[in-house]
Amino acid sequence: MIRSLLASTAVLALLSAAPANAQTPARAEVIHWWTSAGESAAIRVYADAFNKAGGQWVDTAIAGGANARAAAVNRTVGGDPPTAMQFNTGKQFDDLVENDLLANVDGLAKAQNWNTVLPAAILDAVTRNGHVYAVPVDIHGQNWLFTSSAALAKAGATQPKNFTELFVTLDKLKAAGLVPLAFSSQKNWERGLFNAVLSGMGGSEMFTKFWAKRDVALVKSPEFRHVVDTYRRLHAYIDAGAPSRNWNDATAMVIQGKAGMQVMGDWAKGEFTSANQVAGRDYGCTVLADHEITYQLGGDIFAFPKPKNATVAAAQTLLEQVVTDPATQVAFSAKKGSIPPRQDADVASLDICARQAHDWLRDKNSQVAANELLSPPAVTGAMEDLISQFWNDQSVTPEVFITKVAGVFGQTF
Amino acid sequence: MAKRRLIGSRVSAQVALAPALLIALVIYCGSTLWTLWISLTTSRMLPNSVFVGLRQYEVLASNDRWLASIVNLAVFGVLFMVAALTVGFLLAALIDFRVRAESLFRSVFLYPFSMSFIVTGLAWRWMLDPTLGFEKLLHDVGFADAHFNWLVRPDRVIYTLVIAAVWHASGLVMAIMLAGLRGVDREIWNAARVDGLPVWRILVFIVIPMLRGSFATAFVLLATSVVRLYDLSVAMTNGGPGIASEVPAKFVMDYLFERGNLALATAAATTMLITVIAVVAPWYHWQGRKTHVGAAH
Repeated sequence: MIRSLLASTAVLALLSAAPANAQTPARAEVIHWWTSAGESAAIRVYADAFNKAGGQWVDTAIAGGANARAAAVNRTVGGDPPTAMQFNTGKQFDDLVENDLLANVDGLAKAQNWNTVLPAAILDAVTRNGHVYAVPVDIHGQNWLFTSSAALAKAGATQPKNFTELFVTLDKLKAAGLVPLAFSSQKNWERGLFNAVLSGMGGSEMFTKFWAKRDVALVKSPEFRHVVDTYRRLHAYIDAGAPSRNWNDATAMVIQGKAGMQVMGDWAKGEFTSANQVAGRDYGCTVLADHEITYQLGGDIFAFPKPKNATVAAAQTLLEQVVTDPATQVAFSAKKGSIPPRQDADVASLDICARQAHDWLRDKNSQVAANELLSPPAVTGAMEDLISQFWNDQSVTPEVFITKVAGVFGQTF
Repeated sequence: MAKRRLIGSRVSAQVALAPALLIALVIYCGSTLWTLWISLTTSRMLPNSVFVGLRQYEVLASNDRWLASIVNLAVFGVLFMVAALTVGFLLAALIDFRVRAESLFRSVFLYPFSMSFIVTGLAWRWMLDPTLGFEKLLHDVGFADAHFNWLVRPDRVIYTLVIAAVWHASGLVMAIMLAGLRGVDREIWNAARVDGLPVWRILVFIVIPMLRGSFATAFVLLATSVVRLYDLSVAMTNGGPGIASEVPAKFVMDYLFERGNLALATAAATTMLITVIAVVAPWYHWQGRKTHVGAAH
């Protein structure tokens, strides 16, 4: 309340100061939900760079993605938009585009040659009807497998590369008395694990058919049935504490060597880093793949509401320049655990997992757009409920699950 | 003169009430109508005006999670109200026997009510977590075969919500009942004792009928907390495992924000409102008639 009051006072002060003279710094209020320790250190990188470039960063951090997005959307619809707002790369801002509330960044995209410097999946995800509507600020890979070097050594196991090896390793970990798979039974992580199996076994083709095309023939195929069976098999390797655990508590089990591995996005690296663990030594990172590596690309973007006047427009332009600077993107990603969207950035200073991911990004065949980029929230939500039900309730058979998925695919969204 | 003054004060009272009435009409009724309208459209993250009739309600009726939420709320509501009223009344009855350190017990029993559902949910989540709470405690003291894993069992998890909610609300029921019991004339107890009635019969056949008002108050308070049950489910289980502890209010909130589906969320909210009206209206009507009949006599 006080914060929003301050913010609106700030906006008022800005408006009454018009016409802006050259001495007034470009003021940019940014709504985001980066509030954890690692996240706020990361956003500080962009804020400092913006201030250094002559701007004035007004930080409006709102805990919780849904809360932050609701606040940003309400203010934009209500006629008091922030200068920029964070969304996850994907379809979260579709309605704002349809209602003509966002400014496009076509000029910037052209000037910086986004066609070549951004991965196609990410550029597609911010493009609507031929116009670019948002600036990607980081890329997160969603289907990493993190392994504890200590736990693997104790069990005499090696880091698995595909699903056959995965079950061998899981069995060894179980035999050694460890929790084989650290897990947080929240609906979105249950979906995350399902997605890791789906893309790991079926590659980008099956993944896209499932989430983008909602192909009924696919879910009735024996290949998909194999994915479903594999997903169910994994349930035997989690512990009873999973349902009431957060994802970072599960990561802590891997860090402490109590659990062998965890499937999670690369934001989990922040937890390893704050426990002073080094990638490649204390913990391993890989993406499971039966065929080719299929790295799921998601991440974050900044969207810019249509500016009300030239002062705001100038601040937006400056902000766009700052957050697309390759060196700044690398510095941001170092804190965030992500990788820079720009392929021409120099990632030598990042950890081994990030460098690996950067290489995969250069190869069109080893990546796929993440779940959120392919399906609208309504579909993702409906599927998430089904996946969660199947994962937790052993009485839901694979046949029933597949029939229900086909049912959702048949609905109009 | 006196009459005019009376009219004058009535007018000024009405003037004073007008803003409150206006706010109630515009905000409450206005929002309700708007919600009803949105539920008939195809609105996603932002409201639109594409009319599709009752299609959202059809989608809702075939939504597994919504159906599970309704069943959960019914199970929770019945068990919670019966248990909270029983436990609350028994606590009050025991305290009413003038136990020593009465005020201490009163505070202890009322204490849970001062906590938010979020804190209650979190505390019970930890206590019922098989790897942290009671089950681990039993294992650690040597009962290796003891099991209490209801929190992670889809078929039992709803009862853990009842346990936490009863713990939370019993103290309030106790306070209401105790106030009622203190209003019961001591002479009635004495008279019944002289007649040689056992205590339980005095309680059940004489005292409880006299406490009708207290029970009604407690019932209404508990019933409203059943309908808006949300934070306990969020904090304790987040609707899980799977969809086993989802509740209607959580369905509405999730679809309003996280899932950006205003139309379906408002359809669910409207269904909740209609259900509540369907339950309350006959009761209200019956109450109104009773007063009316009473006045005629």
